[in-house]
Amino acid sequence: MAAITNSWATRRGIGALAILFWLAMAALPLLGKIYPSESFDYYMFMGQSMMVYAIAVLGLNLLTGFNGQISLGHGAFFALGAYVTAILMNDGNWPYWTTLPVVAIVCFGAGFLFGFPALKLESHYLALATFTLAIAVPQILKHKAIAGWTGGVAGLVLEKPDAPFGLPLSPDQWLFYFCLIVAMVLFWAAFNMLRGRSGRAMMAIRDHGMAAGTMGIDTSLYKTITFGISALYTGLAGALSAITVAYVAPDSFALPLSIAFLVGLVVGGISSLSGCLIGGIFLVLVQNWSQSLSDWMKSTFDLRYDVPSWAIYGVLLLLLMYVMPTGVAGGCGRLYRFITQRRAR
Amino acid sequence: MQEPLLSVRDVTVRFGGVVALDEVSFDVHAGQIVGLIGPNGAGKTTLFNCLSRLYQPSSGDILFEGRSLLAIPRHRIAAEGIGRTFQNVALFDRLTVLENIMVGRHSQTQSSFLANALRLPSVVAEQKGARDRAMELIEFMELRGYVDWPAGGLPFPIRKRVELARALAAKPKLLLLDEPAAGLNHEEVHILEGQIRRVRDTQDVTVLLVEHHMSLVMSVSDQVVTVNFGRKIADGTPDEVKRHPEVIRAYLGTAA
Repeated sequence: MAAITNSWATRRGIGALAILFWLAMAALPLLGKIYPSESFDYYMFMGQSMMVYAIAVLGLNLLTGFNGQISLGHGAFFALGAYVTAILMNDGNWPYWTTLPVVAIVCFGAGFLFGFPALKLESHYLALATFTLAIAVPQILKHKAIAGWTGGVAGLVLEKPDAPFGLPLSPDQWLFYFCLIVAMVLFWAAFNMLRGRSGRAMMAIRDHGMAAGTMGIDTSLYKTITFGISALYTGLAGALSAITVAYVAPDSFALPLSIAFLVGLVVGGISSLSGCLIGGIFLVLVQNWSQSLSDWMKSTFDLRYDVPSWAIYGVLLLLLMYVMPTGVAGGCGRLYRFITQRRAR
Repeated sequence: MQEPLLSVRDVTVRFGGVVALDEVSFDVHAGQIVGLIGPNGAGKTTLFNCLSRLYQPSSGDILFEGRSLLAIPRHRIAAEGIGRTFQNVALFDRLTVLENIMVGRHSQTQSSFLANALRLPSVVAEQKGARDRAMELIEFMELRGYVDWPAGGLPFPIRKRVELARALAAKPKLLLLDEPAAGLNHEEVHILEGQIRRVRDTQDVTVLLVEHHMSLVMSVSDQVVTVNFGRKIADGTPDEVKRHPEVIRAYLGTAA
């Protein structure tokens, strides 16, 4: 029966995937220590980006997948988080980790405030309103009036911190673990929220707003708080990105970033926590693969022109959506059920 | 006589020029099952929606335990002790049966987002309480086989039972049932009749139901209120109402 998409058995099956992801991430720098090589730094960078994207997608998922509000502008909150961190580190000489609580508060506040007009807007109209955020924010960041803080078009270059407590790690390795710890804490908190009273209320609003109100849920308050938490998550992802990349510039937060979060969300699986991890992996891999696939096609078929990597990205996305219309998490869930049901027979 | 649990006083609802309810008044006493009947479009559901604060009456007042409901926002109604079901069954389709019923505990619990995110011991205890109450109702409504099923894919009569269990989760004093028999077959209506009595007797709740199914209303109710074209035309025991000339005219359309 198609309706059993989120029975607990399925969720548990996908949960195993998530544990695998965290273990693999924790092992990655250690492997690099055992077998040092140039390419390991690159792998670590990819792993780090996956975690950052996964957190950002989780932020969007809390809003869209679990609360039913759509956003095409989450890149704006990512940018806000990144810039708050960058400015505090650059102008205020704050240690990198002390900026995270500030980012959390600022982004929650921004999301919460944006949640109020969002209350009046449903589906398409909300999509359009959030879309304006994605368009406006990079332009605002470039503006002359605040270029003193933001560095204008050139952006800001940051310093990578050394590992604390004399740990035998390079700055990159340390930042990787820092990222990993923050990501795990954030996923753990989201998992707790979703399996508790607040998560049930969020999902109840998504499924039937009027009935949720009758159950005693203050739907307006819950929707605005969810918007705030969603922005907080995506903002923290932005902050981590700024710290680990050690560079922020307005053009990296343009519209394609917001769209990428949405793609990660849909590909990974809407309303699935593990789906956010898959979304993060997908966003990083597909960028790499479509470029190398494009190069490979050019050389193998002796083409005179480059195959645009965006076109390959599009085709990959189309194929994936055709094979797994409910995202990879949904697809794995179906596969898991298929196997367990066959065994039961 | 003891003060009524619910007192509807001269409630009028206008939608533009249409008068959906015209100075309707009646009382519901604690421990009773009260049926609200009337032909299609008579204003029964409109009245229900006033009680759960989905509509604001143009005039009149609704008193619950002596206090006006009209000063209370919609999401506080559940905490006041009023639960309801919907005519077309309004479940949270992607949540499981257990989760649906646990949402029904929302008004009786208070843990915050932050406490939930940190999974504080108080949250764990509260969650266990909500779960225990939900499991109790799952037993009560005989839903054991459906605990972990998403509500969306269940057969209609089961969905109705889930909705009733969800409404009971908060231990309401007054339960509003909007056409509980709609879409049920003869046998299921018979089961429902027993369930409504059992709910009143064992869950310590007063029931107000809107219903088209005459034989159900007449057999289960202690008191029947009849409305037609937004006005109350009869109010009394089932026997009195059955013999009331206005009621007969409303239902049989006898020429006046």
